[in-house]
Amino acid sequence: MAEILSVSDAVAGLVSDGDSVALEGFTHLIPFAAGHEIIRQGRQDLELIRMTPDLLYDQMIGMGIARRLVFSYGGNPGVGGLHRFRDAIEHDWPRAVEIEEHSHAGMANRYAAGAAHMPCAVMRGYVGTDLEARTTVAPITCPFTGETLTAVPALNPDVSIVHAQEADREGNVQLWGIPGVQKEAVLASQRSLVTVERIVDELELRPGGVVIPAWVITAVAEAPGGSRPSYSLGITDRDNDFYKFWDKMSRDRDQFTEWMNENVLGREISNR
Amino acid sequence: MSVTAREVTAGETQTIVAARRLRDTKTVFIGVGRPSTAAILARMVHNPELILVYESGTIGAKPFHVPLSIGDGELAQTADSVVSVPEMFNYWIGPGRIDVAFLGAAQIDRYANLNSTVIGEYEHPKTRLPGAGGAPEIAASCGEVIVIAPHAKRTFVEKLDFITTVGHGDGPGSRERLGFRGRGPTAVITDLGVLEPEPGTCELMLTEIHTGVEVEKVREETGWELKVADDLTTTEPPTDEELSALRELLDR
Repeated sequence: MAEILSVSDAVAGLVSDGDSVALEGFTHLIPFAAGHEIIRQGRQDLELIRMTPDLLYDQMIGMGIARRLVFSYGGNPGVGGLHRFRDAIEHDWPRAVEIEEHSHAGMANRYAAGAAHMPCAVMRGYVGTDLEARTTVAPITCPFTGETLTAVPALNPDVSIVHAQEADREGNVQLWGIPGVQKEAVLASQRSLVTVERIVDELELRPGGVVIPAWVITAVAEAPGGSRPSYSLGITDRDNDFYKFWDKMSRDRDQFTEWMNENVLGREISNR
Repeated sequence: MSVTAREVTAGETQTIVAARRLRDTKTVFIGVGRPSTAAILARMVHNPELILVYESGTIGAKPFHVPLSIGDGELAQTADSVVSVPEMFNYWIGPGRIDVAFLGAAQIDRYANLNSTVIGEYEHPKTRLPGAGGAPEIAASCGEVIVIAPHAKRTFVEKLDFITTVGHGDGPGSRERLGFRGRGPTAVITDLGVLEPEPGTCELMLTEIHTGVEVEKVREETGWELKVADDLTTTEPPTDEELSALRELLDR
């Protein structure tokens, strides 16, 4: 049964130095509050897993807490590149980051295999690209048709963290809007934390809503506005201006560091 | 005053030409930026029934504004169906349910293979680009691919630094050998003109040139010896309807 904790207690209890950690959310519902708390608690040497690193991993990489990054698209959606991600790969600043990259289809299937507790997933993909030789995939023959397919290894993070609109007091979670790979990430992980906009007495089931039962979640923490500058459909809006601001501001190492000191390190989390 | 009184920019022409390609299309897969603008414009002017599919899992989105990201709230709120990422790739893209996909790239070669991974060496890149995203499997499986790219020598290169996405591989038969289901790139729409694979060789050939652009200019901005079609046509200028719809859309 999910424990209802504060974000800081949940991060302190679930995330350790050296862990593989997946903070998911496909453009929507990105768990910024939890990621910022990981930075504040000074976690180190993490293997960060995420389909679209987005600004959150740009911040975590820029603060030097990642030793390895597993991903499929490292851009600022609709704006351009991620400057801290680029600086780490191009110039090892503030530290070298090992990378393992995939296609979206590959990452999605890796999470699905992880959720199913299968060792791998089978798909059509990667063939003919230079990615094939640079990442962990292997050909596999279909025993029924003889077709050569591609196998991708399951992803089973030590910890997965996702954000959702709401949970009830038992820790059952409901999210709606773009569902990304949140459910898969939670089910694939050893431990999981779901931060939510609000805790309610009873979940009001929504069309297209995804419910994750409390008994497969380790901890739930209330974090109102916890996906900003991403968004939680129906509750907060995506701060597109911030994504544009980030593109300009984060080009410079000093400006970035100053911004993080002021806006993340120097700020206590604003929730219970 | 007629809308055409204001000069038409190369970017506007590129978007309008891309939108025209969707006249008879049922489903289109789009990323953000110009492809998204073109697809919304196509729904406004040419094809109101066009079904827009975004990578974020929104199928049948009907955005009123051009979204900044593929995951903007308006896409989910207006969609016929919203699905998870594994479902998007395994049930919708992989089986070839989408007719046309728009893709962009930092580099493109004469067989319309695309690079969006690195400039320079992989281990020590000069420029680290975002990476593959959905492109490899989208290009393998969607009915056809239309590439939208700025026409410049650093984009249209003799040899890619990294093959992120296969277009026509190394020529005829490549896609069949790799087991791809879709037809691959059928057009590359740039701010100077339109390139299409030459039947028989699959090599990109200039088939259409935008008004006021010289063939020499297109050659200069292409990093290989560019073939030009014998029956090269000039792009039909944007109509008042297309232009005013596009400008109205971008002002929303």
